[in-house]
Amino acid sequence: MSSPMTPRGSLKTLCGWGRYPVQTCHVYCPRSESEILQLLKRDLPLIARGNGRAYGDSALNGEATLQMRHFNRLLGFNPHTGQLIAEAGVLLAEILEIFVPRGWFPLITPGTKFVTVGGMIAADVHGKNHHKEGSFVQSLDWLDLLTSEGQIYRCSPSENQDLFYWTVGGMGLTGVILRAAFRLRPIETAWIRQTTRIAKHLDEVIDLFEAAQDVTYSVAWIDCLATGSQLGRSVLILGEHATREELPAKYRQRPLRTPQRRKLSIPVDFPNGALNPLTVRAFNQLYFLNQQRQASQSFVDWDRFFYPLDSLLGWNRIYGRRGFVQFQCVLPLSTAREGLSALLHCTSAAGAGSFLAVLKKLGDQQGYFSFPMAGYTLALDFPMSQRTLKVLDQLEEITLHYGGRFYLAKDSHLTPMRLRQSDARVETFVKVRDAQQWTVNFASEQSKRLHL
Amino acid sequence: MRAPVLILGATSDMGRAIAQRFAAQGYPIQLAARQVSRLEPDKADLEIRYGVAVSVHEFDVLAVETHASFIQQLPEQPAIVICVVGFMPEQKACEQDLSLTLEVMRTNYEGPAVILSLFANVFEQRGFGALVGISSVAGERGRASNYFYGSAKAGFTAFLSGLRHRLAKSGIQVLTVLPGYVKTRMTEGMRLPPLLTAQPQEVANAIFTAIEKKKDVIYVRPIWRWIMVIIRWIPEPLFKRLSL
Ligand SMILES: Cc1cc2nc3c(=O)[nH]c(=O)nc-3n(C[C@H](O)[C@H](O)[C@H](O)COP(=O)(O)OP(=O)(O)OC[C@H]3O[C@@H](n4cnc5c(N)ncnc54)[C@H](O)[C@@H]3O)c2cc1C
Repeated sequence: MSSPMTPRGSLKTLCGWGRYPVQTCHVYCPRSESEILQLLKRDLPLIARGNGRAYGDSALNGEATLQMRHFNRLLGFNPHTGQLIAEAGVLLAEILEIFVPRGWFPLITPGTKFVTVGGMIAADVHGKNHHKEGSFVQSLDWLDLLTSEGQIYRCSPSENQDLFYWTVGGMGLTGVILRAAFRLRPIETAWIRQTTRIAKHLDEVIDLFEAAQDVTYSVAWIDCLATGSQLGRSVLILGEHATREELPAKYRQRPLRTPQRRKLSIPVDFPNGALNPLTVRAFNQLYFLNQQRQASQSFVDWDRFFYPLDSLLGWNRIYGRRGFVQFQCVLPLSTAREGLSALLHCTSAAGAGSFLAVLKKLGDQQGYFSFPMAGYTLALDFPMSQRTLKVLDQLEEITLHYGGRFYLAKDSHLTPMRLRQSDARVETFVKVRDAQQWTVNFASEQSKRLHL
Repeated sequence: MRAPVLILGATSDMGRAIAQRFAAQGYPIQLAARQVSRLEPDKADLEIRYGVAVSVHEFDVLAVETHASFIQQLPEQPAIVICVVGFMPEQKACEQDLSLTLEVMRTNYEGPAVILSLFANVFEQRGFGALVGISSVAGERGRASNYFYGSAKAGFTAFLSGLRHRLAKSGIQVLTVLPGYVKTRMTEGMRLPPLLTAQPQEVANAIFTAIEKKKDVIYVRPIWRWIMVIIRWIPEPLFKRLSL
């Protein structure tokens, strides 16, 4: 009651979704703006943390990590425009649970629903529709940002716009996002009309992507271990929100309801090394067989289509205690074919066992520091090991060579040099951070590593 | 339409969880706290998520002279009143600071007892309703490490027990909730044994079920009942020498 408002912190061992690196952090769980203000007054840099789904060290800071989960209220919804106002700690999963049955779906969503509104803005996340509908900022009407001077700014494309465009994709380094307004799209059904296509090699999958420009959702899964003339062998998955009329009769009665999926969870760490190239190969082949057997068009519920991995709770534990790293880069259209081929070649030659290889076409980007650019983005997972570190070095060099850049939400390995070589915007971002005093108040282990 | 559930101390973590639980079941909600402006986001949240009516009310548990008028000005008398108010500063600080000592006693005993006994009169006349007090296992035996808080909660537990006795004939439920450790702002930064520590949502679930089942006294985690049996039975000469 009359207790001072400075929140008590506690020491916790934290990591990102890849479980590498691990860092002991002073963690604070504020419940009000004034508590965050008290922490800012100490002039120790802090970083906001959402649900820890960034893979590396973006949401860690040993001195002060600000767990935003108590900011989890929905503040307004306009059924005419689909605009939802939510506090930064609200999970996308909660939004889906509430709004899908009411006929609304997020305009932009990443490949997991266990992310917060703040995390989606700070990484300016992209989904399978980026080539057509852009990244999260495209759905964002405004955000409220608590900055260094302890001021709260309403930022939008028309108000405090520099702050707005630095904050989307700014990885928490411009301030603490408190709440935001963003738009959902109306849906007639909770189902996706899905088409799958098999591509025998990389060129073919890119041709298929180019031919599918107008399809709303597209993503390809690549068998990373295929080599030679099969390099880039993949399954392309295309999707559209199904209309009520398109649905099979059995779903049409209650088109916004979908069957509950059983959740499996991985309760313990797999032993390191359980995921060797052999098991990966088996996994990939199984995947292929399955895909080929399926009819090319089917109706898939939103949860399975957008969040196939989410039903396997804690799947990051299958990589064992050492954790894993994800590598994600984007290559410009002009060099994409050649560059992707080099990346895949390097991956399969190293035999480091990438479990998931995901390819997506991206469109242009708006945020000053957001990851996407028109081109192709490739994401690969590797179990953490000495060998993996070497492979990452090579992949990063290849990306640089082909004029690509890296996704900070996935990164735990880049060096300041390589980041700057890949992205001319880094220098400007750092200058703005200095000039605005953001460096005094906001830093993550990642920003320290990369000298941001 | 159902009569609402009133939550006193609604900005607390437990208060929020309880409001969610009852709103999810379709109850209209009345949120009351000292800083009424802090309740607006919760009101919006409950309305959007659950489509129930929510109202907010200013309530200061220490201002006992205002309690009668607080009840009168409610737009509708609640079916269930849940008092979540509590205050637990450092024991050492209480020992040195008389005003803090008083605040602990008044916030944890005097205020809650006054407001609930006023509601008891309303409910008794009306003939139905439930009164819920969040007390504490700390009230079961005074310990050196927090006997100001503990003694006030002991008073509150005894008050609830007496009130229940009085209202037994009129069909009014009085529920005493003994949560044990709960992960809230109050206990933040403390090292709590996970087995003995409940989440606010667990407390909310336990209260909801206890109301449905017309219970009198609940321990949120059953293991606390046995822990407290042991703690109460330790002979005083031995107890004095233990550090608890
Ligand atoms: C299985 C899986 C699939 C994924 N798929 C995609 C995908 O398809 N597309 C894509 O773009 N990303 C994807 N991601 C990455 C993920 O969307 C981002 O990392 C996202 O930022 C995670 O959100 P979070 O709430 O967990 O944030 P955290 O991981 O906790 O934090 C991420 C960043 O956001 C910042 N941040 C969080 N909250 C705030 C706040 N309130 N104020 C200021 N800064 C804040 C943090 O400082 C940090 O820099 C995927 C991740 C996983 C695990």
